[in-house]
Amino acid sequence: MGQKVLLSSKEINIILHRLACQLLENHEDFKDTVLIGIQPRGIYVAERLVKILLEEYKVKHIDLGFLDITFYRDDFRRGEKTLEATKTKINFLVEDKKVVLIDDVLYTGRSINAALTALQSFGRPREVELLTLIDRRFSRHLPIQPNYRGRQVDAIDNEKVKVMWEENDGEDIIYLINR
Amino acid sequence: MSELSVNHLLGIKYLKESDIQLIFETADHFKEVINRSIKKVPSLRDITIANIFFENSTRTKLSFELAEKRLSADVLNFSASQSSVKKGETLIDTVNNILSMKVDMVVMRHPNPGAGIFLAKHVKASIINAGDGAHEHPTQALLDSFSIREKLGDVAGKNVVIVGDILHSRVALSNIFALKLQGANVKVCGPKTLIPKYVESLGVGVEMDLKKALEWCDVANMLRIQNERLDISYFPTTREYTQQFGVNKRLLDSLDKEIVIMHPGPINRGVEITSDVADSKQSIILNQVENGVAVRMAVIYLLASKIKQ
Repeated sequence: MGQKVLLSSKEINIILHRLACQLLENHEDFKDTVLIGIQPRGIYVAERLVKILLEEYKVKHIDLGFLDITFYRDDFRRGEKTLEATKTKINFLVEDKKVVLIDDVLYTGRSINAALTALQSFGRPREVELLTLIDRRFSRHLPIQPNYRGRQVDAIDNEKVKVMWEENDGEDIIYLINR
Repeated sequence: MSELSVNHLLGIKYLKESDIQLIFETADHFKEVINRSIKKVPSLRDITIANIFFENSTRTKLSFELAEKRLSADVLNFSASQSSVKKGETLIDTVNNILSMKVDMVVMRHPNPGAGIFLAKHVKASIINAGDGAHEHPTQALLDSFSIREKLGDVAGKNVVIVGDILHSRVALSNIFALKLQGANVKVCGPKTLIPKYVESLGVGVEMDLKKALEWCDVANMLRIQNERLDISYFPTTREYTQQFGVNKRLLDSLDKEIVIMHPGPINRGVEITSDVADSKQSIILNQVENGVAVRMAVIYLLASKIKQ
């Protein structure tokens, strides 16, 4: 099993700042916008972006939620193991809001499809955008594309993108692993 | 993630402690789901569940049906009083006929102990026991433990007394298994005629004095007097039972601590507990009902995940 570094800590930091600026351009004071990190790994990207926006770009307030999509997935009963649920924490209404869904890796698009279904349980957003740190193009099963992407990667099916975060794994680094 | 060690839920006796923890963790997530404005998830949209009730039930049947519908399963309801069972059809034939309609899971209540176990051996479907005679009522015990965990933070180490008709109660037996498995201390209290002789072999203490039992416990689970099962006289009168084993506000106030009051329902108000106790802050009876839906969603979800396509 070989692995190569796709993005270093410094590159991840630059990309996160760029993504934060792009969000700022489109959503200004975030009054009508809410950010929702998709569990389990999208929440790290979402938390980092919120931190940059609040601390470095002095946005006053951002609503951030975490969305678990386990019960909305279309692969229930297809895998070897029972799907493990994580916490949903959305303490605000998404009704008539601009929602930015945030995930670490966009691969087949099925997780985002499930997230769009799950989001309907919290109201009818005015519009939904997608932000993803890594976009594995050519791997999509569904017609889903991100509005904001950190890095586009051409990875084949037996390669895996592994995103590691300092708070969880000790360092910020993204590997491309050949399984 | 781990999965359930069983393919059917026939009784708590067949579960491991890790199964109970998995069910509770999953139920936590479903409790969050059923408190949203849209309470439904699409997980079980390709699963069909038959609720087969050979005995009357209101809350268990409604709770299961709601849990199934909130998971988006297709639901068939069947009660014996309107069925061919009255014409002499056997249990296996009845269930096999239902399964021929491509049913994946059967939730069954039956007056005979072991009916679920018998069925699980003979039909290809996942079976959930919704009460079999005086044997077990596993989902009730799970929701009772879940409610204790929610109220007191943990079940392990807590003192729980089960009061009333232990002899005829499947709720009592399942509760004893579930509570012991999770490390709680359990006592039973009631008229001597309604306490089975084997109960101490389950690791359960017996306390005949209700006041002493309440002074010992953190939680009192008050069982219903099942008049329909009392074919002979186990105690002189209901009035005398109430005087000895009924909980009223005065008795609760005389304790030097605040205990949690539970009841699996339906309550005989003024018999097992008085109305002011049932409706007091110490009572978690309505929480039990709410938790029942979340726990049953968890059980159905986890069992359904083992039915592979």
